[in-house]
Amino acid sequence: MTLRRDIVSAGIGILVLTVFCGILYPLLITGISQVAFPGNAGGQLVYVNGKLVGSKIIGQNFALQVVKNGKPQVDKNGNPVTVPDPRYFQTRPSATVPPNNAAATTFSNLGPNNVATEQAIAANIKAYLALEKPYDAGLTVAKVPVDAANSSASGIDPDISIANADIQAYRVAAVRHVPMSIVLGLISQYTVGRGLGFSGEPGVDVLELNLALDRMAGARA
Amino acid sequence: MTFLGWLTIFLFVAILTALAMPLGRYMAAVYAGERTFLDPLFLTPERLFYRIMRVDPKREMDWKAYAKSLLIFSLFGWLLLYFILRTQTLWNWTGLNPQHFHSAPWNVTFNTTSSFVTNTNWQYYGGETTMSYFSQMAGLTVQNFLSAGVGIAVAVALIRGIIGRSGRSIGNFWFDLIRTVLWVLTPIAFVVALILVFQGSIQNFSHYVNFSGPTGLANQLAMGPVASQEAIKELGTNGGGFFNTNSAHPFENPTGFTNLVEMLSVLIIPAALVFMYGRMVGNRRQGYAIYATMMVMFLGAVCVAYIAEAHGSPAQHAAGLHTQAIAGSAGGNMEGKEQRFGIAGSALFDVVTTVTSCGAVNSAIESFTGIGGAVPMGNLSASEVIFGGVGTGLYSILLYVLLAVFLGGLMVGRTPEYLGKKIEAREIKLVAIGLLITPLAALFATALATASHLGRQSISAAAAGSPQGFSESLYAYLSQANNNGSAFAGYTGFIQPTAGSVGSHGITFANLLGGGVMLFARFAPILFALAVAGTLAGKRVSPAGLGTMRTDNATFVVLLIGVIVLVGALTFFPALLLGPIVQGLTSHLYG
Repeated sequence: MTLRRDIVSAGIGILVLTVFCGILYPLLITGISQVAFPGNAGGQLVYVNGKLVGSKIIGQNFALQVVKNGKPQVDKNGNPVTVPDPRYFQTRPSATVPPNNAAATTFSNLGPNNVATEQAIAANIKAYLALEKPYDAGLTVAKVPVDAANSSASGIDPDISIANADIQAYRVAAVRHVPMSIVLGLISQYTVGRGLGFSGEPGVDVLELNLALDRMAGARA
Repeated sequence: MTFLGWLTIFLFVAILTALAMPLGRYMAAVYAGERTFLDPLFLTPERLFYRIMRVDPKREMDWKAYAKSLLIFSLFGWLLLYFILRTQTLWNWTGLNPQHFHSAPWNVTFNTTSSFVTNTNWQYYGGETTMSYFSQMAGLTVQNFLSAGVGIAVAVALIRGIIGRSGRSIGNFWFDLIRTVLWVLTPIAFVVALILVFQGSIQNFSHYVNFSGPTGLANQLAMGPVASQEAIKELGTNGGGFFNTNSAHPFENPTGFTNLVEMLSVLIIPAALVFMYGRMVGNRRQGYAIYATMMVMFLGAVCVAYIAEAHGSPAQHAAGLHTQAIAGSAGGNMEGKEQRFGIAGSALFDVVTTVTSCGAVNSAIESFTGIGGAVPMGNLSASEVIFGGVGTGLYSILLYVLLAVFLGGLMVGRTPEYLGKKIEAREIKLVAIGLLITPLAALFATALATASHLGRQSISAAAAGSPQGFSESLYAYLSQANNNGSAFAGYTGFIQPTAGSVGSHGITFANLLGGGVMLFARFAPILFALAVAGTLAGKRVSPAGLGTMRTDNATFVVLLIGVIVLVGALTFFPALLLGPIVQGLTSHLYG
C-alpha cells in the first residue's frame, strides 16, 4: 500500500520537479540575464565594421591560412595548415583541433612524467623562439614564460601573461612599425587584473589588444 | 609560490567560514520547520508540491520507509533522465537542440545517467559536442538539484536518528527533499547564477555562432544556458561541466572573481551542514570539532598541492623551461592551467572540488605533477569526508565519528557512547561495512580495469605503459566510487569522431563498470547510514558521566583525523604508490 503511494509520489514528483528545476529556473535566469546583462549573456561578441570577429573572453588562433598554388593547404585530417601572423599577439598553445576550437574544447591531458609531454613543450618552445627571437635577440629557452610553452586548460584561454606579452611586443612593434612604448601602453591597457585584487593572476586579453592595434593602424592609414 | 597565492587560500577559508555559519543556522531552522525569512516566498509552492505529489509531509517515517521513498524517487529520476538523454532528437521541436545533436549511444548514456543521479557527474562525453540544451536543462540540471537534495536529506535523517529521543522516526523524505530544493538550493543557485552572468558567463539559447577572426580563420563559438547550470553544478557538489573543459572554459568561469565564487559555492553547503549539525544536536561545539577536523585536512591538502604545482613538472624541466616566478609571470606547472586562475587558483580549486564530491575542474588534473595529482587521489581515498559532497560528506564523517568513538572506547575500556547513546555491536557492524563499501568498490574496479584488455583500451595513448596509465585507471574508479566525477581526463569511454554523436560509439566495459560502481557506491552507503540512523533513533539517552569520552575537544579531533587517515592510507597506499607517488619521487620521463 505504501509502496504504491511512493510510486505515485515519486512519479509525479520527478515530473513537477523537472518542470521547476529544469524549465522554470533556467528560463528565469535567462530572462533576467538577457535584460540585466545582455552583452555578457550573449557571449561578449566583438564586431569590427559590422562583422563578427570573436568573443572578448574566448582565445583564438591569430594565424594565416597557408596557400600553395592558389589552394588552401589542409593536413591529413582536413584541418587548415596555418602559420602565426607576425602582426598579431599570439595566444597560448592549445590542445584543441584545430587550435582554439571554441566549439569542441579539450585538455591536452599530458602527464607530468611523460616523454610526450616533454616533446610537446619542446615543440612549443621551438615555435615560440622561431617567431620571437628575430626581434628579441636576448631571448633564450630559459626566458620563455611557462604560459607560452604549456597548453592552456580550456584550449581557448583568452589571456597570456604579462611577461609573455612583453616579449611578443618586440615583434609586433617591429612588424607594425609602431613605437615600442605605444605597444607596451596598450598591453597594460588590456591587462585584466586579479579578481578582487588577489584571486588569480593578471592576464592580457589578446583579442582586445590585437584589435586595438588594428584600430590604430586603420586610423593612421 | 607567491604571497598573493597564499593570501588567496587564507582569505578563501575566512570567507567560507564567515558565510557557512549563518547558513548553518538558517538550515537548522529549515529542517526543523521553524520560521525563516524566505517563508513568504516558498510556503505556497511547498504546499502545492505536496498536494500535487500526494504526500503528507507530517507522516513520520522509520528508516526503512525513508529508504524506500528515497530509492523509488531515485529510480524514477534515473528512468526519466535516461529517457531524455536517449531521445534527444525527439525534443528538437522545443528549439533547444539548435545543433541537432543525436543521442550518445546506450552504454555512454547508462554511464551518464547513473553519474548524474548519484551526484557523481563523471563525464565520458564532451558537453558542447554531445548534449542539446534541452538535455542539459531538463535532464542534467534537474539531477544536479535532486541528487544534491537526496544527499542532504540522508544527512538530516541521520542527525534526527542521533538526536531522536526514543521512537523510530527519522523524519519524512519528501519534506526534507522539497525543503532542500526550495529553501536551500534554489535561492543560492539563483544568486550565484546571476553573479556568474554579471562577470561574463553566458546564458542564452542561440545557435552556435560562426565567425572569422582578424586573420580570416573560421571558428565557431558554442553557446547555451550555461550560468544556470554552472551555479547548481557547483552548489550541489555535482561538477558536470556544460562544456568539455568544465570550469576551465571562459564561458563557465570567466574571471578570477568567479573562480572564487565557484569555489565558495562548492564548499558552502557542506561547511554549513557541519554548523547545522552542531545546532541540531544542541551542542555547537560538536559541530566545531568536526569542522576543525575537516579544515585541518583540507589545508594540508591545499598546501601540498600548491607547493607541488608551483615547483613545476619533470617534463617542463627536461624541456629547459624555468618554472620560478619572474616579473610578469608566476611560473609553475602551467600545463593544462588557465592564465586568469594561475597556480594558486588552480590548486585551490582542485582541492575544493576533490575533498567534496564536486569533481568540477578548472585545470587538467591529469597534467598535475605527481605529488600534485596524488593530492586529489588522497582526498578521494579519504572517502569524501573532508567536507565531502552535500549531505554525503556529513553522513560519512558521522560514521567515522562513531568509529572513532568506538576505538576511543576500546582504548579507555568503557562502553563507547556518542551524545549519550551507547554505540553497540550492531551500529559498529553497520558503520564498518558502510565505510568499506566505497574503497572496496574503487579498488576492485581498478583491479578489474587494469588487469583486462577491455579496461586498458580506455587508457590514453600518451600514458599507456607508464605509471600515468595506472594513475588514469585508478583515478577513474576512485572518482566514480566516491561519486566525485573529476578525472584524469585522458581516460576515455566514448569515441566521438564528429560533434553530434553521428558515428560515435562507447567503450561498453568502461561505461558499465563505471556506472555500476557509481550506483552501488552511492546507494549502499546511504542504506547503511539510514540503518544506523534507525537503530540510533530508538536508543535511550543516558546522561554523560565522568568516564564519558568527550567528542568536542582537540583530543577527539586528533583521534578522528587519525582514524580517517589510517583507514584511507591502509586501504589505498599500495595503489597510490604505483601511480602518482612513484612519479612524484622521480624526475624520470616515461614512454
